[in-house]
Amino acid sequence: MRPRLLLLLAALTVAAPAATLGAGGEVVIYSARHYGQEPAFEEFSRQTGIQIKTLNGEAGQIFERLRAEGDRTPADVLLTVDAGNLWNAARAGLLSPVTSAELSRNIPAHLRDPEARWVGLTMRARTIVYNPRRVNAGELSTYEALGDPKWKGRLCLRTSGYIYNQSLLATMIRRHGEPRAEEIVRGWVANQPTLIAGDTKIIEAIAAGQCDVGVVNSYYLARALKKDPSTPVALFWANQQTTGTHVNVSGAGVTAHAKNRANAVRLLEYLSGLQAQQMFADTSLEYPANPKAEVNAIVKAWGPFKQDDVNIAAAGEFQAAATRLADRAGYK
Amino acid sequence: MALPVLVVLGSWHEPAADVWRHLWQTQLGELLANTLLLAAGVGAGTLLVGAALAWLVVAYDFPGRRVFEWALVLPLAMPAYVIGFAFLAMFDFAGPVQTALRALLGPGVRLPDLRAGWGVVLMMTLVFYPYVYLLARVAFREHGRTALEVARSLGHSPQRAFVTVILPLARPALVAGVALAMMEALADFGTVSTFGYRTLTEAVYRVWTGMFDRTAATQVASLLLLLVLALLAIERALRGRRRFTRAPRAAELPRRTLAGWRAAAAVAACGAVLALAFVLPVAELIAWALALPAEQRARRGFAGLVGSTFVLAAASAVLVGALALVLAYARRLRPSRVATAAAQFASMGYALPGAVIAVGVLAPLAWVDRALAAAAEALVGHRPGLVLTGSAVAVLFAYAVRFLAVGYQTTESALGRIPPTLDEAARSLGVTMRGALRRVHLPLMRGGILSALTLIWVETIKELPATLLLRPFGLKTLAIEVWERTSESLWAEAALPALAIVGVGLVPLLLGSRLDAGRR
Repeated sequence: MRPRLLLLLAALTVAAPAATLGAGGEVVIYSARHYGQEPAFEEFSRQTGIQIKTLNGEAGQIFERLRAEGDRTPADVLLTVDAGNLWNAARAGLLSPVTSAELSRNIPAHLRDPEARWVGLTMRARTIVYNPRRVNAGELSTYEALGDPKWKGRLCLRTSGYIYNQSLLATMIRRHGEPRAEEIVRGWVANQPTLIAGDTKIIEAIAAGQCDVGVVNSYYLARALKKDPSTPVALFWANQQTTGTHVNVSGAGVTAHAKNRANAVRLLEYLSGLQAQQMFADTSLEYPANPKAEVNAIVKAWGPFKQDDVNIAAAGEFQAAATRLADRAGYK
Repeated sequence: MALPVLVVLGSWHEPAADVWRHLWQTQLGELLANTLLLAAGVGAGTLLVGAALAWLVVAYDFPGRRVFEWALVLPLAMPAYVIGFAFLAMFDFAGPVQTALRALLGPGVRLPDLRAGWGVVLMMTLVFYPYVYLLARVAFREHGRTALEVARSLGHSPQRAFVTVILPLARPALVAGVALAMMEALADFGTVSTFGYRTLTEAVYRVWTGMFDRTAATQVASLLLLLVLALLAIERALRGRRRFTRAPRAAELPRRTLAGWRAAAAVAACGAVLALAFVLPVAELIAWALALPAEQRARRGFAGLVGSTFVLAAASAVLVGALALVLAYARRLRPSRVATAAAQFASMGYALPGAVIAVGVLAPLAWVDRALAAAAEALVGHRPGLVLTGSAVAVLFAYAVRFLAVGYQTTESALGRIPPTLDEAARSLGVTMRGALRRVHLPLMRGGILSALTLIWVETIKELPATLLLRPFGLKTLAIEVWERTSESLWAEAALPALAIVGVGLVPLLLGSRLDAGRR
């Protein structure tokens, strides 16, 4: 048993780096986004002959691996959810700028890094959801107004450690400055929100009547509605009269030491194009970052909305401040 | 082996004063209190449940005892985050239990919210008590008859004999089991984050991902080491100079047969623990898996996942088990403060969050790797890739750092029960050290070694962060599969791989109890 085991292990070790190359070469992705991209990847490989190798992980840890591997990293592309993650990867010098007319054409400017080190590929809105049996849409208006005492005990929120909440808070700091943002968060906390780990769980809690309003990413509600169209949870576009609804992205950049840079750029361009964007929209029920692609029917039913057009790089820039602010305000 | 722990301690050389000031002002007190409460709660809970159940199945006979004896180990194969999520799904406001209660008794009816300290302690007690149970069972059995007979000849009742003689004799085993449970509770991130319970480990991740300050995060993690050191010191002080060995050829305990309500109570106690810790979550997972359309239950390559998980677990068990044995034996041959301290130090990785250890492994490994690559480049001329970083070697190294404690505590407690007089006897008969190990110690430690291998095996299967970070391309385990899906809130899709984790974990548990049974 033992020698054979060692042999197997040795094989594992050796086989990994020596994986076969396709005709068009390969592109290696470190990914902290784990859902919905597979169909687009397969199609890319089919069209170009370029093989895609992916290693999934948690964003913070993948950055560490990339950093530790330095100029010898096998990774060509870093793919991750959340603009804050992208911003931090860029700041740590893990990404290199890409000038591509195609990317600039396909993806709106506020969803791209001002210095072209990363590009948003899908967009998600983090907005208010409510139980239409217990709440009239007319009672809702803004994120800020969720601090109104009328929501006391009726609010469900994700914990503050959750990255999408940090990014929401970060853009609020950018918009309103830290003192005002803290006031808003204190308003939420004063309403004694039920803190739930998981957007899907928040939707379930609202459906069951545990709370009446919450804040979630749009695609989680789309998934819940796809599973059961009668789910009694509706979407409300927050801040339409003011700053617009907070949006975030998942996106990618080419690593600083990419060995297959040309292939990597080609992949990003493909992913920003109409065909791949359509696949994203239908698989993960996010908004395509490319405005020419059609949103899925479930998502379309929510209608168009005004986005907060502050450049989402702010999510990264103010993320640490957002975390501290939440701690100070007692938002756990 | 201590390198990653040193890397963690090394983080202090870069000051992160403002993060500490912030933590101090906002939450450090709460974090410490929560963490201590968690450790104390899980320690007390696992000691109570583990020792009581072990004594029940060793000293008494009641209907179903033979089944309970091995079945009570099963919850060990259940990852804490999985049982946590299953319980939340079942008993949450939106879950079936409370929904049914509201339908029956009115909309105002609520169960206490599981998302609190007691909920986390309950979850961890349910899946960590087998550490204590497994080690205590071996110890109770080995002390066996002689101890009990002596106690009773002195006029003690069986209950009193248990408290005054057996329990103190089994102390090293109990301490080892409780220490493992507490260390695992300290290092846990999955469960506490699901339950929204803030501990030091949770803060490590929050500082790391929320403030992008890995240095400060690592410093927070090193507080965990401090806690463990304090716990160990307390235990040493309480133990004092006492030594605990057994009579080498202790006979099996005579079992007392329980009847009537006592038997019913014994069955109920074992049954209730097993139902909560294993049957219920497994049933929930099966229900989730069945509710999915067949083609969504498992992705392509599922068999490969099971296979690679299996191979990794076996390799880890053999490697870490052997290391633990060497360490424990070295300490026995040359007992010195230095050897003891070194062994303790090397095994502290278990109390650190897996991701912190993983980075601690990554940093030195990548450094060596890049030096190697540079040397190779100078020699051969072409640019080689990295060979260690992102390899099975790196993964196994991390397992060794993380799970050495499991192997060491278990092995040491088994070795410690063998009286040193036996070593001297063997030596005086001209047996070499290796001979003594092979002919005297190993046979006597068989139960302990089996336990160690089992525990390492199960831990390896459940391990996520180190495998995730350090693995080579294409290597994926069941735990990673579960994580990929749960990180997207796709719990139903994670049900089948989660069940497979339990399944692969059961292999050594069942095998171990059969070997164990065969011995007797």
